[in-house]
Amino acid sequence: MKSRTLLDKEQIKLILDRLCFQIIEEFDSPDELCFLGLQPRGVLLSGRLQERLKALSPEEEYRFGELDITFHRDDFRRRETPLTPQSTRIPFNIENKTVILVDDVLYTGRTIRAGMDALMDFGRPKSVQLLVLVDRRFKRQLPIEANYAGKRIDSIDAEKVRVEWLEQEGEDKVVLYNTEENG
Amino acid sequence: MDSLSVDHLLGIKQLQPEDIDLIFRTADHFKEVINRPIRKVPSLRDITIANLFFENSTRTKLSFELAEKRLSADVLNFSAGQSSLKKGETLIDTVNNILAMKVDMVVMRHPMPGAAMFLSREVNSRIVNAGDGAHEHPTQALLDSYSIREVHGDLAGKKVLIVGDITHSRVALSNIFCLQKMGAEVKVCGPPTLIPKYIESIGVKVEPNLRKALEWCDVANMLRIQLERQRIQYFPSLREYSLQYGLTKQLLDSIDNEFTILHPGPINRGVEITTEVADSERSIILDQVENGVAIRMAVIYLLADKIDKRNSS
Repeated sequence: MKSRTLLDKEQIKLILDRLCFQIIEEFDSPDELCFLGLQPRGVLLSGRLQERLKALSPEEEYRFGELDITFHRDDFRRRETPLTPQSTRIPFNIENKTVILVDDVLYTGRTIRAGMDALMDFGRPKSVQLLVLVDRRFKRQLPIEANYAGKRIDSIDAEKVRVEWLEQEGEDKVVLYNTEENG
Repeated sequence: MDSLSVDHLLGIKQLQPEDIDLIFRTADHFKEVINRPIRKVPSLRDITIANLFFENSTRTKLSFELAEKRLSADVLNFSAGQSSLKKGETLIDTVNNILAMKVDMVVMRHPMPGAAMFLSREVNSRIVNAGDGAHEHPTQALLDSYSIREVHGDLAGKKVLIVGDITHSRVALSNIFCLQKMGAEVKVCGPPTLIPKYIESIGVKVEPNLRKALEWCDVANMLRIQLERQRIQYFPSLREYSLQYGLTKQLLDSIDNEFTILHPGPINRGVEITTEVADSERSIILDQVENGVAIRMAVIYLLADKIDKRNSS
């Protein structure tokens, strides 16, 4: 399988810092917002955001949680293998706050749709925004766009984008795999 | 990910330890779901489930119905009292008529042992056994073990005592299978007339003395005397039974062992367990009921994945 590195460690670090500055600039106070990493891979990205925000503005306290969307997916019983649920942890009230959903890759938009539905089980947020590291643009199957995107890329369906992290795969990088034989 | 090795939940006997573990792990997530502000998820919104209760039940029926509704399934309820069974219809005909209305899953309680197994061979539907006579009651055993796991962690090596009418109890049999599969040690205690003769052949020890048994155990599961299934007198009187096998505050206080108390309900207060004990801190009876919904959601969710997949080639 052919693969190509889209982003390396240094580039990811720069992008994370830029995303953090965008958030800091956008909101007057961290009290009005909270971050929810989508299980499983969005949580790794939100963990990094939390780390960087802490480093960039140490006096502010940002809220972070995890949201599992397994039970809200639209492909239950339409896949070969069943879905494994993961934990949901939202140790704060989302009522009247801006919730920023965090995921690593935005592709068809279906995961985000499920995430928005799952989110509504916890109350009525003031608004919902989306932050992703990689946006596979022009591939949406639903009318969903990211408010904050690390990198927008063009890709074909036979390709897979994988965001790898130091703590899981041993190195921070974004890789594009081609699953077609002669692609 | 993993999926269940079975297509139906007929009994604990057919399950692998990995299946039980998968059900527990899935139930953990559903327990979190039923404690959310909105206690409902849309997973099963295109699934219809029929609850067929050919025998009376309150908590099991409510618990299944709630589990189904919290998964957004459509629910049909059926009780034997109001049915055409009295007009002479067979079980298979009754169920096939219900399935003809496009029902995907059947939850059934029936007074005859093996009824669920029989049905699973004859009709095209997922079957969940909600109790078949004195045979098995798998979801009760799962929720009991799940509740023990919540308090004590891993079940392996835990000592569990089951007290009461072992012969007529499907809860006892399913519990024995479930606990043993998860590596726990099981003893039973009760009047010799209500202990099956060959119980030791499935690796269960008998301790006739309640005090000794309670001193040994980490968990005591107090069963009800199933008067409705007893055709002859197995012990002189309920009063005599409660003197010998009832769990009282006095007995509890005189034993230097902090065991956990379970009861599958309905409780006959003053017979197998006194009010003070049933309502004490050691008792996790109401946690069992809460966990029952989560366990049943997990079972139904995992079996629903086995329903003929839509749009799959």
